[in-house]
Amino acid sequence: MFTLLLAITTTVYVRSANIAILEPAGPVAAAEKDVIVTTALLCALVVVPVFGMLFVFAWKYRATNPDAHGEHHPTWDHYNWIAEVIWWIIPSAIIAILGVIAVQSSNALDPYKPLPTGEPVLTINVIALDWKWLFIYPEQGIASVNLVEFPENTSVHFYLTADAPMNSFWIPQLAGQIMVMPGMTTQLNLAASRTGDFNGFSGNISGQGFAGMAFTARAVSQSEFDEWVASVKASSTPLTYETYTALAQPSEYAPVTYYAPAADVFQPTVMKYMTPGSSMYSAMLEAMGSSAAPTATSTTP
Amino acid sequence: MSLQEFIFGKLSWSVLPDNLIAWSGAIILLAGVVAVLAAITYFGRWKWLWSEWLTSLDPKKIGVMYIVVAGAMLIRGGADALLIRTQQATSVGDSFGILSATHFQEIFSAHGSIMIFFVAMGFMFGLINLVVPLQIGARDVAFPFLNSASFWLFCAGAALINCSLLLGDFSTAGWLAYPPLSELAYSPTTGVDYWIWSLQIAGLGSLLSGVNFFATIVKMRAKGMTWMRLPMFCWTVLGSMSLVVFAFPILTVTLALLYLDRTAAMHFFTAGQGGNMMMYVNLIWAWGHPEVYILILPAFGVFSEIVPVFSSKKLAGYTSMVLSIWAIVVLSFIVWLHHFFTMGAGADVNAFFGIMTAVIAVPTGVKIFNWLFTMYRGKIRFTSPMLWFMGFVVLFTLGGVAGVIMAEPPADYELHNSLFLVAHFHTMIVSGVLFGYFAGLTYWFPKIFGFRLDEKWGIRAFWLWLIGFILAFGPLYLLGLEGATRRLDHYSASLGWQPLFAVAGIGAILIAIGFCCQIAQLVASIRLRHENRTSGDPWNGRTLEWSVSSPAPSYNFAAQPVVHARDEFWEEKMSGSKQDRQFEDFSMPKNSGAGAIIAAFVFVLAFGAVWHIWWLVALGLLGAATTLILRTFDEDTEVYIRASEVAHREAGLRPASAV
Repeated sequence: MFTLLLAITTTVYVRSANIAILEPAGPVAAAEKDVIVTTALLCALVVVPVFGMLFVFAWKYRATNPDAHGEHHPTWDHYNWIAEVIWWIIPSAIIAILGVIAVQSSNALDPYKPLPTGEPVLTINVIALDWKWLFIYPEQGIASVNLVEFPENTSVHFYLTADAPMNSFWIPQLAGQIMVMPGMTTQLNLAASRTGDFNGFSGNISGQGFAGMAFTARAVSQSEFDEWVASVKASSTPLTYETYTALAQPSEYAPVTYYAPAADVFQPTVMKYMTPGSSMYSAMLEAMGSSAAPTATSTTP
Repeated sequence: MSLQEFIFGKLSWSVLPDNLIAWSGAIILLAGVVAVLAAITYFGRWKWLWSEWLTSLDPKKIGVMYIVVAGAMLIRGGADALLIRTQQATSVGDSFGILSATHFQEIFSAHGSIMIFFVAMGFMFGLINLVVPLQIGARDVAFPFLNSASFWLFCAGAALINCSLLLGDFSTAGWLAYPPLSELAYSPTTGVDYWIWSLQIAGLGSLLSGVNFFATIVKMRAKGMTWMRLPMFCWTVLGSMSLVVFAFPILTVTLALLYLDRTAAMHFFTAGQGGNMMMYVNLIWAWGHPEVYILILPAFGVFSEIVPVFSSKKLAGYTSMVLSIWAIVVLSFIVWLHHFFTMGAGADVNAFFGIMTAVIAVPTGVKIFNWLFTMYRGKIRFTSPMLWFMGFVVLFTLGGVAGVIMAEPPADYELHNSLFLVAHFHTMIVSGVLFGYFAGLTYWFPKIFGFRLDEKWGIRAFWLWLIGFILAFGPLYLLGLEGATRRLDHYSASLGWQPLFAVAGIGAILIAIGFCCQIAQLVASIRLRHENRTSGDPWNGRTLEWSVSSPAPSYNFAAQPVVHARDEFWEEKMSGSKQDRQFEDFSMPKNSGAGAIIAAFVFVLAFGAVWHIWWLVALGLLGAATTLILRTFDEDTEVYIRASEVAHREAGLRPASAV
């Protein structure tokens, strides 16, 4: 009775609610969803017989069932070795298939690997701060806080670092997570196959304002994106190393903010943690002296 | 350093709780402690408690004390769980719930640390103490004094973690305290130090216990108990203890390095200055992954004892079961990276660890098949231990599927750090580990106390736990798929998550009621103990522990048993043969308070280390070392028991034969 009720309510809920991971809006998330569904179905090959045997055996061989007493066989330890080998082979076979999927899908969906499309690539540098996300568009020379906008059907290549404790960058409907760490650069490639606002989160606890590290990923048409870039350029404060230093101070539930022109503070932020004993500002100046081009930030995939 | 700093370290009046909820936690804790102490004083039980329990080296008594402490810590961890569920059900949109973000983070960090280290580990060592010597036909463990010291170190850790309720705060960095958040730069208060030291002490106790029970099973089996006659619970304990011995030193070192970072300005894991935070994450999981198998293996062992007994049939596939245990032991050390597939390691690294993770499902699956075929053609009695088993199979299988899904790295990218993951590991730890231990406690309780636990309340507790669990964690699987990350103290109303969080809250309340039923079960069982008195063999058992009287005598076996078969006691009952009971003189360890005293000094040391009161550290170290050295000079540690004395005692205690 309880089980039935549970099954009905769950089905109704799943059909009505917005289940982000099961409703992907881009090729990466769609492929990851396929891996989840395929694996679940393969596992069902074991689960269904297990449940079947559990309840059939429990019912049939209950002590209060006199019909089965004739079958009672206290020393039956089943099976000969052939049967025993079969119990090892069935799950092994399924796991072997899953192993092949693991190798193929890990390679195909390597987050560092650019998407196999002929589309132009948009580079966005991401810095996780206490407790907000800074998105820097090095080619456009703009930056924004807690909102990342990009054209649909365009490969977006994120380079990510943190100027804060470890975070994890996640837009469930577009792609799985990648960790974001101070002094390190990670990468994530994704694309949106339709326009819309998608929720983004940090998956890794990063301190007091962690819950406010939600952001919006907005996929728009190319022309809307161009307009957005122009409007940001027209009416914003510049992002300099001084304004960045102020922005990097802890704050919670930061509103969406735009910066233009935006200095690319990404590489200096990475280098800051790599340079022993230097203050942040001097490390930045030092790094500025060398090339701060975003392409230089890419670590070998 | 000023005089005040020298004397009090970082302690000051400002470390007392600063809000109502934190104060109520502190007051409940203090009131509880005072009530217990007052009750002992009122009933004049101090001397009895000290000489019969606290100083006892009898593993059965140590086992009971482990379970009592684990039960008390379950109340603490459970209260934390209810606060977490309340916060997440109410803190949405414009409402920010009942807890501040920081307080919420302390609570979930404490919840995880307490449930793993002080509930699951405590419960596990409790059961092992109760059962292992009896099952292998031994009178004691290999190192009885070490066993007592381990238990008291566990208690010292439990006491220290609870000190943070009153003095200072607790870690806000989650149960594994990833740096750099757990480093001084981001966690400047003593919270993380409490976490480090309570785990460090309890972990030391666990390591020593691991050595002890490993040695016990290897060296102290009864004559004739060859490896392939070893009861399955002991096999799983041997596997688990092997993991303890290899894994816990990693934890000890990792915690020590983190403490050096925080205290001695070192840079093992800091952001910058050459520190490598991912090194910590690797190390902590190199311990942490085996840890979950440390917990689950003995639960598998419990089920391997219960299913044959309540099916009146021998365990199917004994050899397979042994092989699968050791497959799990080996594999559990080469899967740790699956906890951070999202680190950005290359595809091949991720694929390797993904495959290894999935492979662990094979021996686990084989175990489930073997339990099911033990039921096949059996005569199954659905007592409450058997119900826990049924619940376990259903939930654990589904939770295992969730685990296999996340073993695929690309699937894990989407599910990692989400509530799906949280639901998965709670399924493994609650419906796997805890259900198993509950079943084991119900099963072996009469052996220790001589009367059964009340079945009526036990069955009520089971159904509340089962339904409560489904309601509490089913919604978390869905929430994870909806993109809900773990550890959120607040979320936007537009996400539409609140109804599911509310259902999860109801589930948590049902589990709490289920726990109350277990308390009621204990009370009812004690009140009805005269009706529920049992023979030595209340369940028609199969292994040696059921061949002695209930409660088992302090020396377990009057005459050392000789083993001729796998299910020795069952075979004896079937063939009508009896053990040849030739009584001989033997010695048993005397009580010793040294373990408790050492642990008390270690507590002082750790408390000093948390608050930077260095003279306390020195005092604790000196005290612990001196007590230990003095104990080694004590040569009067054994009491001699004469054969005639045993014969006299046994005359009134011959176990009634099988049901």
